[in-house]
Amino acid sequence: MKTSTRDPVPRPSLGALLYGLIPFIAVCFSVSWWDRLHPTVLGVPFNLFWLILWMFLTPLCMWGAYRLEVTRAEHDRRKDCS
Amino acid sequence: MTPSAVALSMILAIVVLGSALGFYAGARYKMDLEQWTVAGRGFGLLFVWLLMAGEVYTTFSLLGASGWAYSQGGPALYILAYMMLLFVVSFYIIPPIWGIARQHSLQTQADFFQQRYNSKSLAVAVALVGVVFMIPSLQLQITGLGMIVEMASFNGIGRTPAMLIAFVLVACFVFMSGVRAVAWISVLKDLLLLFVVVTVGIAVPKIYFDGVRPMFSALLRASPSHLTMPGSTVNHDHAWFISTVLLTSLGGYMWPHTMGSSFTARSDDTLRRNAVIMPLYGITLPLIFLVGFSSILIVPGLKNGDLSLLTVVRKTFSPLFLGIVGGAGALTAMVPAALQILTAATLLAKNVYRPLCAPHMTDQQVGRMSRIMVLVISATALYFAIYSSTTLVALLLIGYAGVTQLFPGIVLGLFSRRVSSTTILGGLGVGVATVAALILGKHDPFFGINAGFVALCLNFLTVGLLNLTKIS
Repeated sequence: MKTSTRDPVPRPSLGALLYGLIPFIAVCFSVSWWDRLHPTVLGVPFNLFWLILWMFLTPLCMWGAYRLEVTRAEHDRRKDCS
Repeated sequence: MTPSAVALSMILAIVVLGSALGFYAGARYKMDLEQWTVAGRGFGLLFVWLLMAGEVYTTFSLLGASGWAYSQGGPALYILAYMMLLFVVSFYIIPPIWGIARQHSLQTQADFFQQRYNSKSLAVAVALVGVVFMIPSLQLQITGLGMIVEMASFNGIGRTPAMLIAFVLVACFVFMSGVRAVAWISVLKDLLLLFVVVTVGIAVPKIYFDGVRPMFSALLRASPSHLTMPGSTVNHDHAWFISTVLLTSLGGYMWPHTMGSSFTARSDDTLRRNAVIMPLYGITLPLIFLVGFSSILIVPGLKNGDLSLLTVVRKTFSPLFLGIVGGAGALTAMVPAALQILTAATLLAKNVYRPLCAPHMTDQQVGRMSRIMVLVISATALYFAIYSSTTLVALLLIGYAGVTQLFPGIVLGLFSRRVSSTTILGGLGVGVATVAALILGKHDPFFGINAGFVALCLNFLTVGLLNLTKIS
């Protein structure tokens, strides 16, 4: 029987995962809520408008996740040094 | 000159310019296996971005997305959703994969499985699954290229000879140049595509309807149910949307070539920042949708929706502009096709042929072998492209259903210590068998749910059960 020798990599923090969950809820799980024509925005049906809006909001969420992960990585490095 | 001669020579000029740029970029480096596959792992933020954008935005997004907006309506919106979410997923898994690849000098996705699970049979299986399910995607690119040549010649060149031309172009291109050329050609391709999409996406609704708002009101009067799900389909409703978006966003980086291109990055921070900004790049996609929606009223009744964008462009603009659209489209097909062929060839030579048939091959011999595989793979894709007639989006979804079955193995290989190679192999087997049974048996969607997603759930279930029995 082969035993595996791998060391797991550090898991992402809960906060960073929650930031990533926001876009999933917004454009995937909530589809029944936003998949409609009205109200139209600048003539664009609501479902199309909603998805375009999240193209801008998703990077914002992920920027939040990025800040968290970077701070954590720096924190870990400092702990290793001391 | 006849209109077709103008359009075709414009396309040729763009393709030649792009290839020259690629060859020039490649010629300055000695092409060993490491350079050919991962460009010496020296790409910074801009180049990684170009490479990844180059493969995510393909013929699929230009012709396939407008085609589905035209023929299916609402369900096509899944494309906008997954094009954001796949980068969200990549944020968590791609940087650690890069770290492992760097530490152990991995070049392919199968190398990753070999390293993490220490199992030859699993690595071979992963390589084969990757290659098999890249074929439909490759077929998509060749079909798209064929359509472009056919339309630009005003149907003077038939689809089959057009695809033959496309195949020769792509194979030559990969044969000569490797991954560095692909990144450079992406620069030209993205600039052209941006120009084309913005121009067409704004001009078409403006010319025919005097703007986006009147276009949508006309469309809503003509076919009020087309723009929401299930649109013009019978079974692509919200359950299909959610399952398809989950499948494709989890699977976005499971493509062997997409994962492979992350190995070209200089650091994991590059990849993390890349994942943050990539969704913005999709901002041109809604414009492509506008063209697809407009086409419903401008050129109604097309048998093949994938031709709608090209048909409208040909009807509206000069042959010269048709040539520019065609040239941009051709590069859009060639870049990902080249990457896919390159990756599939390396996988077959390095992770299937060498371990099974010739364990003592040197890297140099593997490199030579890969170049032979380039021809085998492109010929296979060409064969399927000639003998099948599925929509471009459907082709990509078949590929996604297959490659996403690698997801459990990747994620558990990263974050878990316990799960063994036989467990992962069992899940992969169940997943792929389910995909084959449901899709070949025409049961997709399965009770309203994407067949690939059903297979992924069974895959995870198998992994869970096998793992439980082993621990107790």
